[in-house]
Amino acid sequence: MSVLKITDLSIALPQGADRGFAVQQCSYEIAAGEILCVVGESGSGKSMTANALMGLLPEGVSVAGGTAYFGGKDILTVSEAEQRALRGDRIAMIFQEPMTALNPLMRIGDQIAEVFEAHKRHRPAERRQKALELIREVQLPDPEKIVRAYPFQLSGGQRQRAMIAMALALEPELLIADEPTTALDVTTQAQILKLILDLRERRGMAVMFITHDFGVVAEIADRVIVMRYGEIVERGSAVEVLENPQHDYTKRLLAAIPSGLVPASTEVAKAPALEIRNLKKTYRIGGGLFRDARVVQAINDVSLTIARGEVLGLVGESGSGKSTLGRAVVRLVTPESGEIIVSGTDMAALGEAELRAVRYKVQMVFQDPYASLNPRHRVMRALTDGPIAKGVAKEKARERARALMETVGLGADAVERYPHEFSGGQRQRIGIARALAMDPELIIADEAVSALDVSIQAQVLDLLRDLRRRFDLSILFITHDLRVAAQLCDRIAVMQKGKLVEIGPVSEVFLNPQHSYTQTLLAAVPGGGWGKAAQ
Amino acid sequence: MTFWKRFITNRGALFGLAILIAVLLLALLAPLLFPRGPWAMVQRPFLVPFSTDGLPLGTDTLGRDVLAGLVYGARVSLLVGLVSTVMALLIGVPLGALAGFYGKWVDEAAMRFTEFFQTIPNFALAIVLVAILEPSLTSITIAIAIVSWPPVARLVRAEVMSVTRREYVDAARLAGLSNMHILVRQVLPNTVSPIIVMASLMVATAILLESSLSFLGLGDPNIMSWGFQIGAARTVIRSAWWLSFFPGAAIVLTVLALNLIGEGLNDALNPHLSRKGRS
Repeated sequence: MSVLKITDLSIALPQGADRGFAVQQCSYEIAAGEILCVVGESGSGKSMTANALMGLLPEGVSVAGGTAYFGGKDILTVSEAEQRALRGDRIAMIFQEPMTALNPLMRIGDQIAEVFEAHKRHRPAERRQKALELIREVQLPDPEKIVRAYPFQLSGGQRQRAMIAMALALEPELLIADEPTTALDVTTQAQILKLILDLRERRGMAVMFITHDFGVVAEIADRVIVMRYGEIVERGSAVEVLENPQHDYTKRLLAAIPSGLVPASTEVAKAPALEIRNLKKTYRIGGGLFRDARVVQAINDVSLTIARGEVLGLVGESGSGKSTLGRAVVRLVTPESGEIIVSGTDMAALGEAELRAVRYKVQMVFQDPYASLNPRHRVMRALTDGPIAKGVAKEKARERARALMETVGLGADAVERYPHEFSGGQRQRIGIARALAMDPELIIADEAVSALDVSIQAQVLDLLRDLRRRFDLSILFITHDLRVAAQLCDRIAVMQKGKLVEIGPVSEVFLNPQHSYTQTLLAAVPGGGWGKAAQ
Repeated sequence: MTFWKRFITNRGALFGLAILIAVLLLALLAPLLFPRGPWAMVQRPFLVPFSTDGLPLGTDTLGRDVLAGLVYGARVSLLVGLVSTVMALLIGVPLGALAGFYGKWVDEAAMRFTEFFQTIPNFALAIVLVAILEPSLTSITIAIAIVSWPPVARLVRAEVMSVTRREYVDAARLAGLSNMHILVRQVLPNTVSPIIVMASLMVATAILLESSLSFLGLGDPNIMSWGFQIGAARTVIRSAWWLSFFPGAAIVLTVLALNLIGEGLNDALNPHLSRKGRS
């Protein structure tokens, strides 16, 4: 018995968009108690379908045709009032960003109670009681306290649980989850996925789970739909799609996923490119005349070395201090104590002017391909500003820029274009070229592939591997994604709360983790088949 | 879509631009249209508009041509508006940029200094300044610039702060570029759009301020301006309505035009924030 039956759904985009339809001729059903995963890369139209069902389409986008039967009614054509009655009551939705999906000025308990109020259920006192029960059900710690807490007092995972509690308030028949775990750490993600599975079991509701991550699909899906450019290219049970994909696109997507297979690590024993000794950085947050500041030890006595030609992966969850460490090495953050030695110079001890002269030795590739290039400068300028400041002759720098664009696979002519003419993956290539233009001793890649779709991610990783081989690069590769780290790195360093808890060759760390935190991290990675040695 | 295409699809902005161009042309052509100047007495006083050939807007209390006064007044209004806005930008942009870029004590000092000006009511400060400096076109322009730069400094500071956090600024630092180079070449060009929008609105405010000062008799006594015309006509407002009505209408139209242009610029420069056509 299907809860939701979508037939030939088409959603039209406004004129001037890159294609005519966000979603074209989509048909699928979700049965009660079933988890359907809708998978696709960004721009595939996977979220648009959910928005159409909830009547949340952005302005200019409209349903062009098709039906969506839910409870015997076509919910695409019902009036706004009827739709409002459906929302929250019989269909509920949870969003990707738990930070912005909750009202920052309302207590968690009140926000949950508001759902009952909107649908005129229960008396005020009962509503509060129900809210408390829901908070218990989603396993938030210390429910009595959480009811009275504001969203900012909760962690990302706790906020997502609160969102789920709100969604469950009226016992919906269908829960739409739009990338609900994408913004969360792996361990938190594993907990939320388990919670959704539990709730499905207990309540028997249907779940439409939108995601880009096949690992997550492997964890929870009963059935899978793969979308590309607004069309369904493959459908089937989770086992069928994951193990025996039919469509080329699905095959490519699955192949692009960094596999869990750990390559045998190669021996690197050369002079160190970077030596960090007893590095410390403490942040003081808030505080004032009458209040003590909250002290956060972002980097707590970390020592490590990266050999010339080695790729060291630095992994950890958000707030572990891995990014701060990367930024400290390039001195965008000034550490309090400790040494950062790059080819004989202690970067941590230099003054402003001396530092500027040796900055080129360590370069960085940034996370956000959209913020890391100045929108008003042509690529040529992005690639030559640094070398020219370093003292390279202008003509030579320009020549080098062209050659580098060729090297990263964009073609020499692309230097005359502006950043907005490139896609995310291409921009990341420009970022890599910019780092290489300075002839650095060490490159720091801070979540350099995290913002990219898997297939693009695989290409950029290939490029990094290739460059590394050709130029004998030393890279500090910072990432939260253990699968990505396993693909590229020789050694792995694991950070937790500012401390380096484990460091060693990839195969050692992944196959035989020593520290309990590393073990937890590895266990939380979605999609099984993890931690097997490559043959 | 290019900036210009977005701008011309906005009807209000086009209308504003048309009015502004008309006012600008009149102001430039004033010596050709009225070679005798605005002060010449051409007919008997209090001629009603549209009653005499060659004097479509009538004459004032001393028999001067109201239309000639309006056209010459436009020169003063536009000149004061533009020059004082440029001066205000010259003070506000560097101060705000330094405050936003360096933060810490530079920011504290610059912002306390800015607040010092913001706590004094604009108009009162302008009156005092003009009274001290003796009323002249220069002193009025300076006074208006001095009272109108604080919002610019605040806006630029906020914009610079947000742009400075972008990763490409970090990248520029890593490339070994100097702070000044980063601020001027990387950061400021990305803050230009809101500054342009604000400047267009500031010209309108400056025109209003100048008119208000002239109305109070604090204008340059040798220069015909819209505010002066209204001020001179206020005693006869019940018997000779046209003497204050036409300069008033001129002020309203010009300020409206500038506001429409400002709005149009805002929509065209920040297409993601505009209310229409969001996707």
